[in-house]
Amino acid sequence: MNILKKNASHPSEKKTEAASKGTKKKDASHYISAKESRAIARSNQKEVRALEKFRKRKNVPETEYLTQMRDKNNIVEFEDLHTYFFTDLGVSKAVNGVSFDVPKGKVVGIVGESGCGKSVTSMSLMQLVQAPQGQIVSGSIRFDLGDKAYDIAKMPRSAMSEIRGKQVAMIFQEPMTALNPVFTVGYQIDEVFFLRNKDMPKEEAKKRTIELLNLVGIAMPERVYRSYPHELSGGMRQRIVIAIALACDPKLIIADEPTTALDVTIQAQILELLREIRERLDSSIMLITHDLGVIAQMADYVVVMYAGRVVEKGTAHDIFKHPLHPYTIGLQKSKPVVNHEVDRLYSIEGSVPNPINMPSFCYFRDRCSRASEKCAGEYPAMIQVSETHSVACYLYGEEDK
Amino acid sequence: MKNSMLRYVIKRLLLAIVILFGVSVIIYALSRLMPQDYIDRKFEPQITQGLISRDEVERIKELYGLGDNSFAGILLGYLKWIGNVFRGDLGTSFIHGQKVTTVIFENMGISFGIAFVAMILEFVIAVPLGIKAATNQYGKIDYTATVLAMMGISLPTFFLGAIMIKIFAVDLGWFPVNGLTSANLPVDATGWERFWDMMWHLVLPMVTLVILSIGGLMRYTRTNMLEVLNADYIRTARAKGLSEKSVIYKHAFRNTMIPLVTIIAGTLPSLFGGAMITEQIFAIPGIGLKAYEALQGGDVPFIMGYNMFLAILTVLGTLLSDIMYAVVDPRVKITK
Repeated sequence: MNILKKNASHPSEKKTEAASKGTKKKDASHYISAKESRAIARSNQKEVRALEKFRKRKNVPETEYLTQMRDKNNIVEFEDLHTYFFTDLGVSKAVNGVSFDVPKGKVVGIVGESGCGKSVTSMSLMQLVQAPQGQIVSGSIRFDLGDKAYDIAKMPRSAMSEIRGKQVAMIFQEPMTALNPVFTVGYQIDEVFFLRNKDMPKEEAKKRTIELLNLVGIAMPERVYRSYPHELSGGMRQRIVIAIALACDPKLIIADEPTTALDVTIQAQILELLREIRERLDSSIMLITHDLGVIAQMADYVVVMYAGRVVEKGTAHDIFKHPLHPYTIGLQKSKPVVNHEVDRLYSIEGSVPNPINMPSFCYFRDRCSRASEKCAGEYPAMIQVSETHSVACYLYGEEDK
Repeated sequence: MKNSMLRYVIKRLLLAIVILFGVSVIIYALSRLMPQDYIDRKFEPQITQGLISRDEVERIKELYGLGDNSFAGILLGYLKWIGNVFRGDLGTSFIHGQKVTTVIFENMGISFGIAFVAMILEFVIAVPLGIKAATNQYGKIDYTATVLAMMGISLPTFFLGAIMIKIFAVDLGWFPVNGLTSANLPVDATGWERFWDMMWHLVLPMVTLVILSIGGLMRYTRTNMLEVLNADYIRTARAKGLSEKSVIYKHAFRNTMIPLVTIIAGTLPSLFGGAMITEQIFAIPGIGLKAYEALQGGDVPFIMGYNMFLAILTVLGTLLSDIMYAVVDPRVKITK
């Protein structure tokens, strides 16, 4: 009886309840009603289907993705790249208008905290973003093949074999799981040679694989050739992954946190190896890491990313000696320094905004110690501070120019 | 390596003897505890009509070794049974009046034939379907295959069998209702004619078996394939520049195969053990039907013989699947 009365007699109460729910919903962006969820699923399905159809096309004429490099000295030019993930909670803009160049024969370091879109940017270049949820939506990735240039953002997946393993090679973050457990190390490297030259005799492939294993500093190449990945240590596996990447003489090597999973001594060895390889092959390296120490050792140019956008880019000298963006400054302050006693290691307050429903103002504003009224405006544009150095922040406005 | 493998197999076989011993105790106790035994069933009309006296029934029971149903009596019966087994004698079937081993081996052939063909069909259909469903996750193929598979999993055997008979045998008349040979087969039919006649009779039972088992295997393949496709080494394979075909059918499938191969080894008991319900519905005189009849009739020696046969096959099947694991997965090494 009581329950019935309660339900029937207080329409006003219900209303206020609903109203308070409404305001709650606005606060907590992770709360999604069934209706919203359905709408998201529907729009996702529509967009993903269209994008997948575009990627899966066959026999696309080359002219469709042929393009011109802006600068002949660059191997890759990213321009206004947007790579989104169509998730059940909404569209997550993992890469949201990224532009930077990778010059030939240079090392470009990409830094930023976890989830800022570093890896997704490089995966976009290889078209390895986890489909069907992850899709390159717009922008262009121009890649110089020597006699011509392709726009990878426009290429169908079937044409990617031109790029993957021939022009660009990738070194992955997790050496423990990056090798197929059921094939021998030798087979997995040989495979790359056979891919480029089907008629290569087995002995020839083996000879070249052994050479490569020597090059990456494997002590007993003959034995490792016959080993399975689980029989090797993490450092050795990472060397194998590097050997696979080198097997195709790539013009560009993407190293996606190559040292994160390794201990410090092995880290130094692997970095040394990468440096040697670059000098030897004269290829460019895109080095993705959240370790500023690694960047300082290796990179010629640095791109700092935050929440799917580039906040600052310049030469290593620019970024380390004259960091401008408050985020870059914060990153450097949060790095432990030897012989420098601090009570507590600096950390940037707050966390990265939810990539779904990004604010319209600067994404770093809420965590920034130097935010001003200006920052309430729209997202700051990239400002050229010097010939090589640019930053996206209102602190360096017109007066600097 | 060879030596350690041999030692492992011997160790497992010794362990199997202990397991089989336990299994035999349980099955014997259960079959003796059934409320109605063979004699009760057989002489039921005579008893109700008063043609046979209680004393006489008890005497016959004594003859069959079913007289004493107390704990001691069952224990004694078991000891007698196992004593004979050690002398290589599984006993004589009550119903058939023949040696249990003879009944099993005479009726095994047809059951094995059906199960073998059904298993091959099952793998040939389910594995590629599972791969296709995984590579087109949430696509049309995936949803269609999943819905059909779920229907196959959820249908009870007797229901699907009855529906098949109703549609394809009674209404359409394409296949015979049940049995193994046509009544109008000429006496002087050649071997081939007899063979094709039998095959014609076996279509419906085989299709029933395949439909029922395809779903599980397809879902299993799909799940495994999806897991493998999300693995880092698949990304490495793609980054190497391998075609999507060799990524899926070489790098991914070789890993998906590992659990599948162990499943094949695990199907050993069902391969030889017959399909009890299917055989019963289609009246196929295989070992499954014989076991069904024995269970209904309280044929203790046959129940024991048949179940021990299944238990041995199960033990061998698991051993085989463990060995297969070491064969297909280089990470697994058999030691000890």
